[in-house]
Amino acid sequence: MYHQSKRFFRFFAVLFCAVLLLAALSALPAAAAEGTEAQSGDPGFFGNVWKIITEKYPLLLRGVGETMLISLVGTVAGLLIGMLTGVLRTAPYSKNAVVRFLHKLLNRIISVYVEIFRGTPMMVQAMVIYWGYAFATGGNTLPLIPSGIFIVSINTGAYMAEIVRGGIISIDKGQFEGAASIGMSHGQTMLSVIIPQVMRNILPSVSNEFVINIKDTSVLNVIGVTELYYFAGIIKRETFKTFETYLVVCIIYFILTFSVTRLLRLAEKKLAGKDSYTIFGSQSDPEAEIKVEKEEPDYVS
Amino acid sequence: MSAEPIIQISHLQKQFGDHRVLDDINLSVSKGEVVSVIGASGSGKSTMLRCINLLETPTAGEILFHGVDVTSKENDLQKYRASVGMVFQQFNLFNNMTALENCTLGQIKVLKRSKEEAKEIAMTYLRKVGMEQFINAKPAQLSGGQKQRVAIARSLAMSPEMLLFDEPTSALDPQMVGEVLTVMRQLASEGLTMIVVTHEMAFARDVSSRVVYMEGGVICEDDVPSVIFKKPNNPKTAAFLERFFAN
Repeated sequence: MYHQSKRFFRFFAVLFCAVLLLAALSALPAAAAEGTEAQSGDPGFFGNVWKIITEKYPLLLRGVGETMLISLVGTVAGLLIGMLTGVLRTAPYSKNAVVRFLHKLLNRIISVYVEIFRGTPMMVQAMVIYWGYAFATGGNTLPLIPSGIFIVSINTGAYMAEIVRGGIISIDKGQFEGAASIGMSHGQTMLSVIIPQVMRNILPSVSNEFVINIKDTSVLNVIGVTELYYFAGIIKRETFKTFETYLVVCIIYFILTFSVTRLLRLAEKKLAGKDSYTIFGSQSDPEAEIKVEKEEPDYVS
Repeated sequence: MSAEPIIQISHLQKQFGDHRVLDDINLSVSKGEVVSVIGASGSGKSTMLRCINLLETPTAGEILFHGVDVTSKENDLQKYRASVGMVFQQFNLFNNMTALENCTLGQIKVLKRSKEEAKEIAMTYLRKVGMEQFINAKPAQLSGGQKQRVAIARSLAMSPEMLLFDEPTSALDPQMVGEVLTVMRQLASEGLTMIVVTHEMAFARDVSSRVVYMEGGVICEDDVPSVIFKKPNNPKTAAFLERFFAN
């Protein structure tokens, strides 16, 4: 409990500091232009920021919704792609010649996919895929949000493929041998023993990918996906307050990524397992159930 | 009971690249026998055990399980491994599962037992190795000796015909060796067929029905403990034991 409250206190402390810093930053231009705006009825810097928030919040909220939808679904789908490719690439080759050939071919295709999508910018991938489809179908365009989700998914999948593969390789060989020694097949071992351990180990990398995706969905505005950055452009054109608009959007992005990081950190702790187990019976009382708590070292954060 | 062997190894050979680890191994183990395999590190003891369980594929020779070649297509590898269990030096318990789950997983997945049945059988063996108090503990929360006892229970829960022990006490602190050997002694006295690769000479001498001495990838001597330890026929065996007890 103590650790929990400390963490939340820290969360708000950091948020508070960030707001203070931005306020101090914002005071600079306001101070430079002192006096001139007051008479002309200009609401001033803070007034403009406040106006953007209060008047444009429907657009901002919609942008946040789409950004989160695309990055969340994209990350989960990317993780699934990574899992599939990771399991395929670490599976032993079959003795059957045809199956072995197909397996090797598939592995080759996966490597090519990973190299291409890791080696080119997502913004360019978005343009190529979106306009490539239009080119191939004689001018048809794909619906925007699904396009965005698709692009983020396959881009994330390329990174996840390597993350998952590394995760599987890093599992002690003894885990496979232990399972083999009681007659479990490779597939059964993967599902029951290896993947659960891989998931726990790669969660920090997965949350990292999620945070990257929240920020990088902003490049999808090049094909017109109406995420947060796209709406920032609209608000800017409506209000002519460029700095104020992007400052507000910047803070929103930070709040999104920061909350997601903290939430996933909690999930990591959950997945790390219970800190306690129950002992049944003791020397003095055979019916006793004693809960044994694992001591949590203080340096864990 | 007939003396029909459970496992019959003939002319087994294993090569890693140019290095021949096992050469012309012949060994047969019948029901109820406890065979201890002794020898220096690198003599091929563990490799032989891993070949029996097919964790390593033999280069040549054959291993017959009730007369069926285990590397042949007729042999159901998963069924075979379930009936010839293995206990490892490093325990190899599933880190993501509790002691109880470790003992039920194989029963449910491989033997297709129901969850209730699997749990009941697992509890029987966890009680036998004295780990019933710790069924909810994860491997990381157990000591080495406790982990090894759970690993033995996991193998026993598969109702094997035979258990292979690959230096089961070598990774343990001295004070934990005893608790594992006690369990193994008990299993031997109950008539479980076992092949034990070990450096515990007292165990080999007192518990096993036969002792095999290996050196340089070949079996030098295969006899009852009284012969091996009192008047070995092969001078290599005598030299090894002399070195061993001199330390």
